[in-house]
Amino acid sequence: MINLTLNGMEIKVEKRTTLLEAAKFYGIEIPALCYDEALSPYGACRLCLVEIGTGNHSRLVSSCTYPARDGLIVRTHTERVIKARKLLLELYLATCPSSRTIQDMASKHGVTTVRFKQKNEECILCGLCVRMCAEQMQGKAIGFVNRGIKRRITAPFAKKSEECRLCGGCMYICPACQARCQGPQEENPVCNACLNLSPPCLDYFQEAMCYMDPCVACELGTGRKAKFTY
Amino acid sequence: MEERTRTDLENLKKPNGSSVVSLLQEVQEKYNYLPEEILREIAKERDIPLIDIYSVATFYKAFSLAPKGKHKIVTCSGTACHVRGSEKVAREISRVLGIEPGYTTKDGLYSLENVNCLGACALAPLVVVDGKYHGNVTPAKALELFKMYTVHEKEEKEEAGCRCATAKELAK
Amino acid sequence: MNVLHMRLKTPDDLDKLRDDIRQKQEKDKSFLAVCGGTGCSSSGSEKVREVFQQYLNRHNLKKKTTLKFTGCLGLCERGPVVIIFPQGIFYQKVQESDVEEIIEKTFLKGEIIERLLYQDPVNGEKFIYADDIPFLKKQKRILLGNNWLMEPTSIEDYISLGGYQSVVKALTKMTPPEVIAEIKKARLRGRGGAGFPSGIKWQECYDAVSKQKYFICNADEGDPGAFMDRSLLEGNPHSVLEGLIIGGYATGASEGIIYVRSEYPTAVKNVKTAIAQAENLGLLGENILGTGFHFKISVSTGAGAFVSGETTALVAAVEGRLGEPRQKPPHLVERGLWGKPTVINNVETLANVPYIISYGAENFLRLGTEKSGGTKIFSLVGKVNNTGLVEVPLGMTLREIIFDIGGGIKNGKKFKAVQTGGPSGGCLPVSLLDSPTDFEKLNSAGSMMGSGGMIVMDEETCMVDIARYFLRFLEDESCGRCFSCREGISRMLEIVEDITRGKGSVEQLELLKELANVVKDSSLCGLGQTAANPVLATIRYFEDEYFAHILEKRCPAGVCRDLIRFSINEELCQGCDLCLKKCPGEAIRGEKRQPHTILGDKCTKCGICLETCKYNAVVKI
Ligand SMILES: Cc1cc2nc3c(=O)[nH]c(=O)nc-3n(C[C@H](O)[C@H](O)[C@H](O)COP(=O)(O)O)c2cc1C
Ligand code: SF4
Ligand code: SF4
Ligand code: SF4
Ligand code: FES
Ligand code: FES
Repeated sequence: MINLTLNGMEIKVEKRTTLLEAAKFYGIEIPALCYDEALSPYGACRLCLVEIGTGNHSRLVSSCTYPARDGLIVRTHTERVIKARKLLLELYLATCPSSRTIQDMASKHGVTTVRFKQKNEECILCGLCVRMCAEQMQGKAIGFVNRGIKRRITAPFAKKSEECRLCGGCMYICPACQARCQGPQEENPVCNACLNLSPPCLDYFQEAMCYMDPCVACELGTGRKAKFTY
Repeated sequence: MEERTRTDLENLKKPNGSSVVSLLQEVQEKYNYLPEEILREIAKERDIPLIDIYSVATFYKAFSLAPKGKHKIVTCSGTACHVRGSEKVAREISRVLGIEPGYTTKDGLYSLENVNCLGACALAPLVVVDGKYHGNVTPAKALELFKMYTVHEKEEKEEAGCRCATAKELAK
Repeated sequence: MNVLHMRLKTPDDLDKLRDDIRQKQEKDKSFLAVCGGTGCSSSGSEKVREVFQQYLNRHNLKKKTTLKFTGCLGLCERGPVVIIFPQGIFYQKVQESDVEEIIEKTFLKGEIIERLLYQDPVNGEKFIYADDIPFLKKQKRILLGNNWLMEPTSIEDYISLGGYQSVVKALTKMTPPEVIAEIKKARLRGRGGAGFPSGIKWQECYDAVSKQKYFICNADEGDPGAFMDRSLLEGNPHSVLEGLIIGGYATGASEGIIYVRSEYPTAVKNVKTAIAQAENLGLLGENILGTGFHFKISVSTGAGAFVSGETTALVAAVEGRLGEPRQKPPHLVERGLWGKPTVINNVETLANVPYIISYGAENFLRLGTEKSGGTKIFSLVGKVNNTGLVEVPLGMTLREIIFDIGGGIKNGKKFKAVQTGGPSGGCLPVSLLDSPTDFEKLNSAGSMMGSGGMIVMDEETCMVDIARYFLRFLEDESCGRCFSCREGISRMLEIVEDITRGKGSVEQLELLKELANVVKDSSLCGLGQTAANPVLATIRYFEDEYFAHILEKRCPAGVCRDLIRFSINEELCQGCDLCLKKCPGEAIRGEKRQPHTILGDKCTKCGICLETCKYNAVVKI
């Protein structure tokens, strides 16, 4: 067992527990976009930040990847954490506004304005689909390509993958490919559209296979052709 | 698949399992790019998911998935080169060739590349043409370098075959 | 005697071999050192050497002297450099046509050839001997010093200069804890960037329990504008091997790996040669010099990614995977290469080890500052008169380095800033010129020591443009995993680009600062955590320049394309047509011998007109 301090509580957790798991276990909510219980943690979305250490030596780390260690002092909701989280959510909204998950999360954290230029990307590169495909579907059909700002998710050579079994797992888990909320309409103040927001592709597309670049779901909606560039 | 690539592949299959990166380095060295069918073959032979190979091939700068041009022009944009005006030089070259860095001209003659430091910063700004270093380049010098080059290339084209050594006079 | 075919079985064998080589070399104390470093090679030193060789052969002078094709001598901009020993006469910018004269006059008769001497860029004073040149005189070259005296690929040269003595000392007279204690006492700190105390790192690895441990030498040198590691590996590869062997002995590692970037083909070649030579002699491999210590070294080449220089990413890259950093902990001593305890040190760090072991920690400490011993190599480049490599005791002030060694700013311009620490560092203004170069001082000034790039900037360098430059570099070089790093850098770049285009606002500048701090706080690895430094440091010291761009839509340094324009001063213009002919945008109009004008909308702002005009009639506003 490992002893550590979480938001002032002395707690004990099993070896190999991550800080996010520990916090969850003790009922502390930490937002996360790239984490799923069934998949290995990846640490890409950076929303699950927590502050470790004290004084001048404290720093922020992603709780989903940081292992619990003896004597660690963890605080999950400090001013520094909240500030970083809010700005990141603002960035998410500015980058990938169509996702309901992101919209909900932003409003929950009180992020209401976006000061950055608006982009309209379909993918936040959380990597959930990649891990889903590899770890749960034994597919290894899709993955990251390029690096830095050019990073994308795609199948090899941006072609239909031979490994893909069209299981739809990647689409199921994606937090980003959802139809955009249109806001309440005049004649129907409660639109309930949120209830129906889910990837439309599975209903429409028998041969659905998500290369994510951009995802077929979004292509359906926008009528755009997939464009692959290197 | 061609007979040639087959035998090449045999050579690439090392007994003690060299890493994906070093395999790709060998392929890159051999063909000057990474042909798709070879990557697919490696994936099969080595039982590595193709996507992993593809990820590595696109992550590192030394690899290219498209064939390179006959002449390779590299502009350096290290910090030292930048403060001495390499951006202007790169822009001129790019404009003359009509391609962005990372691309090859349509006729397959020139590939333009921009790297982040060649490690000869004392001579900044640097332009390397087919492995030959040109130091202290200015936009005007770059154009001159270029003109001589293209004239040279045109003459070459009229004759058969290529003896296109780097234009020595350009070094001055 | 062919060294490559003998195997040294005991330390005494090595001593004997050294005596033999020295005796043999005694005869040719006079030799010609032609620099074969990258800088000089680019300026044609290989040809010069060839001509030397031919001339010596033809005139039967081969017995009288040896020709050595050495590693970088430091003053790369003056290349090709030739030094004539034993006197140490220093000739610069040597051309093929000078060879005959050098041999006939200087080598045979001892006459000096004026025009090839080094001339001080400021006061015009000429110097004959290498040791007198201020650039070299003020340095303390414990790592680079031997570059002059040896061929990098000759293990004989290295051994005759006392090479591998420190390995013998460590292996036969010291226990691993004693070696570590010595390194700790010397306060050797990592030269790769962060400045972590190497002794502590070694200790942790020594304490780790495992049958197999690895020691990696980081020669990825991705920092743009820096080439120290390159010169060490190319010019003196054996010193790095020696450090690696000692490191392996101290930490209990039995395998060393040198990870070199593939952009450095000569370094790769020279290191491989050195390894083969050392193995042949029994200085590497099984049972080194009969001491019972086994250590082998292999080379792994990088495929071009700055982020792979980060330790966890480096391990991934050596394993052949995507060179992407991962969460620490687990640290590398817990789970490193192939899951085994691993230490990673920079090339320069390791090159310091033989010195410490041979000469003792006291001597090493006498060089640096209180908190860190030894010297540091900087690559002094940019708008400075003497560009090249300088090795100085830690703690020397920036002013001494830039003005006394570097000879001040090029073309009599005014100093504006010096950038240290590469993409993770910052720009320091005039007011900090007197601060010493040590890890703490540079950190507290908002920059860092980094790997040793030192880029000097003058009044014609725009600081906003520098921020933009580094952001663009990082946007491309980040691995892209963390949203904060990938998107954060790209958004910072977006704002800074707007500013350079005159489209920024004060609110955006505030947002930039806010974002910069968040990127710093929330990214996973060192790249993201320091990515904001170039921005924050330039804002901290040069905020007025940001405001000039934002409020006055003006680039004070005349760099930002969208804010400058070229025009012709009619009074000075002679109508010579030179610029008109050269202008690639066909933007210049005017009759011959009449003042010309530039059409703003066609001008590509390449500045060629300014460069070509002989009458200084073209101005940038
Ligand atoms: C993005 C990034 C790039 C780095 N690149 C290099 C490099 O090219 N060479 C190097 O020696 N260290 C580099 N480092 C530092 C290493 O991570 C590490 O600190 C160093 O190699 C340790 O050796 P030292 O203790 O001897 O300095 C880099 C760090 C980061 C975060
Ligand atoms: S649909 Fe294809 S790509 Fe998506 S998870 Fe399934 S196998 Fe993988
Ligand atoms: S496609 Fe969806 S699941 Fe996959 S990385 Fe992008 S946002 Fe995440
Ligand atoms: S901080 Fe940047 S470079 Fe480092 S792991 Fe994250 S995305 Fe990659
Ligand atoms: S959940 Fe931890 S970084 Fe995304
Ligand atoms: S390369 Fe010759 S002095 Fe540096």
